[in-house]
Amino acid sequence: MTKFSDLTRLPDAQGHFGPYGGRFVSETLSFALEELEKAYMSLRDDADFQAEFDRDLAQYVGRPSPLYHAERWSEKIGGAQIWLKREDLNHTGAHKVNNTIGQALLAKKSGKPRVIAETGAGQHGVATATVAARLGLKCEIYMGAEDVERQKLNVYRMRLLGAEVHPVESGSRTLKDAMNEALRDWVTNVDDTFYIIGTVAGPHPYPAMVRDFTAVIGREAREQSLAQIGRLPDALVACVGGGSNAIGLFYPFLEDEEVAMVGVEAGGDGVETGRHAAPLTANAPSGVLHGNRTYLMSDASGQVSDTHSISAGLDYPGVGPEHALWKDVGRVGYVAANDDAVLEAFRELTRIEGIMPALESAHALAHAKVMAASMRPDQHIVVNLSGRGDKDIHTVAKLDGLEF
Amino acid sequence: MTMNRIDQRFAALKAQSRRALIPYITAGDPAPQYTVGFMHACVEAGADVLELGVPFSDPMADGPVIQKACERALKHGTRLTDVLDMVASFRESDQTTPVVLMGYLNPVERMGYETFVRRAQEAGVDGVLMVDMPPEEATAVAPLFAEHGLQSIFLLAPTTSPARAATICAHGEGYLYYVSLKGVTGAASLDVEAVARQLAPLREMTDLPLCVGFGIRDGETAAAVGQVADGVIVGSALVSRIADNAERPEAIPAALKAVLGDMRDALDR
Repeated sequence: MTKFSDLTRLPDAQGHFGPYGGRFVSETLSFALEELEKAYMSLRDDADFQAEFDRDLAQYVGRPSPLYHAERWSEKIGGAQIWLKREDLNHTGAHKVNNTIGQALLAKKSGKPRVIAETGAGQHGVATATVAARLGLKCEIYMGAEDVERQKLNVYRMRLLGAEVHPVESGSRTLKDAMNEALRDWVTNVDDTFYIIGTVAGPHPYPAMVRDFTAVIGREAREQSLAQIGRLPDALVACVGGGSNAIGLFYPFLEDEEVAMVGVEAGGDGVETGRHAAPLTANAPSGVLHGNRTYLMSDASGQVSDTHSISAGLDYPGVGPEHALWKDVGRVGYVAANDDAVLEAFRELTRIEGIMPALESAHALAHAKVMAASMRPDQHIVVNLSGRGDKDIHTVAKLDGLEF
Repeated sequence: MTMNRIDQRFAALKAQSRRALIPYITAGDPAPQYTVGFMHACVEAGADVLELGVPFSDPMADGPVIQKACERALKHGTRLTDVLDMVASFRESDQTTPVVLMGYLNPVERMGYETFVRRAQEAGVDGVLMVDMPPEEATAVAPLFAEHGLQSIFLLAPTTSPARAATICAHGEGYLYYVSLKGVTGAASLDVEAVARQLAPLREMTDLPLCVGFGIRDGETAAAVGQVADGVIVGSALVSRIADNAERPEAIPAALKAVLGDMRDALDR
């Protein structure tokens, strides 16, 4: 049996998390990834770099983000106490900025004047455009044409920030296609361009690097739990698309065996309908996409499946390779929340706590609600409220029959 | 064990001081029933090795021309298993022209490596070039490929460092595919002088034939690259002819032959 403490020593030198991860890319990108790995490994333990990163997180992002006790909601559910890690209060409104700050600093130190990124819901695109504006880097964002349509507000935000947004018309016109197009850009402009990947997927070293930049969430949450609850929580809950906010929260708790962890995938219309974006919950076979091996939704002939979710940010057929391993060794449980339960959680938190969550984060809330109901009032759940819901108002309004 | 068809073909070309002409087409484009005919047409026009693309939903290293070819092929449901059947069918009347499957790893992962190598060998496949499987990731499966007579073809790029080039040369079989430019397939034209400069140090590292792809459009570029390389690989220029004639596929063999015939003449001149 795998000791959980061993999990913190991954990936191995080739970027593998057990059978997952790796660096499955065309040759042109291999050198860029080797360079990136070298740059990251040298800066990871560099005190000056870390100090700059920490200063930016404090003064630009506004960290630490609070751990908030959702008392009224907890009381209504009538079970465990629910605590919200308020990543929605970060500058730009989501956890994504923790990672883009780190990668943009790396881009600057590597002397790359241009950054590119893929985005689904637009949160990562906005976070990238934001740090690019601040550092004076040229910025281009790839976004599936369908997502451009359902996330108009974020598209305009990116353009205001000076980024060029390219709608991607190929394939399913969502996040995976945006990532294909960003990889095509990178392979063409690899000399002057830094690719800021927005999640814990992609070729090595991205999954490890994005995890490390995002793990500030869990480090804070762990300290805050000890201070505010007086002990570690009984469970952590976070939504999982690629899985960056979940890894950020979970990673610093990996060795705390008494803390249960649950990743909540996008159940869409229901995992049993096939219309979902939940590769782990659905036990999708292992496959290779976007540079890493992981659980991947594909048909019997290996063509990547179209995914379905109310939230653009979770609409992805794969998942970060470290999550794949955590599922296999049983450290983290993975479940799915369906669109209707997600909307209900979105409305409830808004009305009961005055906090409007992103639809992505509402997946975690929907499952936390189910969990809490079966637990005792002296038990505690920390939910990663990974982003705020302003960007989703159009989507929700449409369901209410309103158009702006 | 008999010599692999790829090695045989390059040995013969070397003896004649000729350059290899290597066309790429996407299997199942514009529809599966035409592919075997196109393969024969390519051979009739002077092709030495055939690269047969396995369509994939997410062809990350390809430009719009081959992306659309994949879409056309997938619209007709072309699966890896169908592509292997096409090779088997081609082999019924051509036992000598080497066939290399080119594509992305996931269809192979999903079929399973054991099944894939067995079926590929049965069908008469000679080499495999998986764009997203560099040698580092191939080490676990390379012996399995070799056991089934499948040569592992690898890419080299302008960004490949000398250390990586040495590794790739050590693992490569059949021939090395030198990607002439930074970019996706079907991108801008290549710089022959730059290619010549980059191939020179590789000659010191390997005896494998060095073939160049990306940016070869016509007889002129083929001939220029043929001056410095052992073979030229032409993909998007052919696939765009297939796209142009997708509504009248009976015209495609002649269109392919016209492009390849020019290149063959230019290479042999």
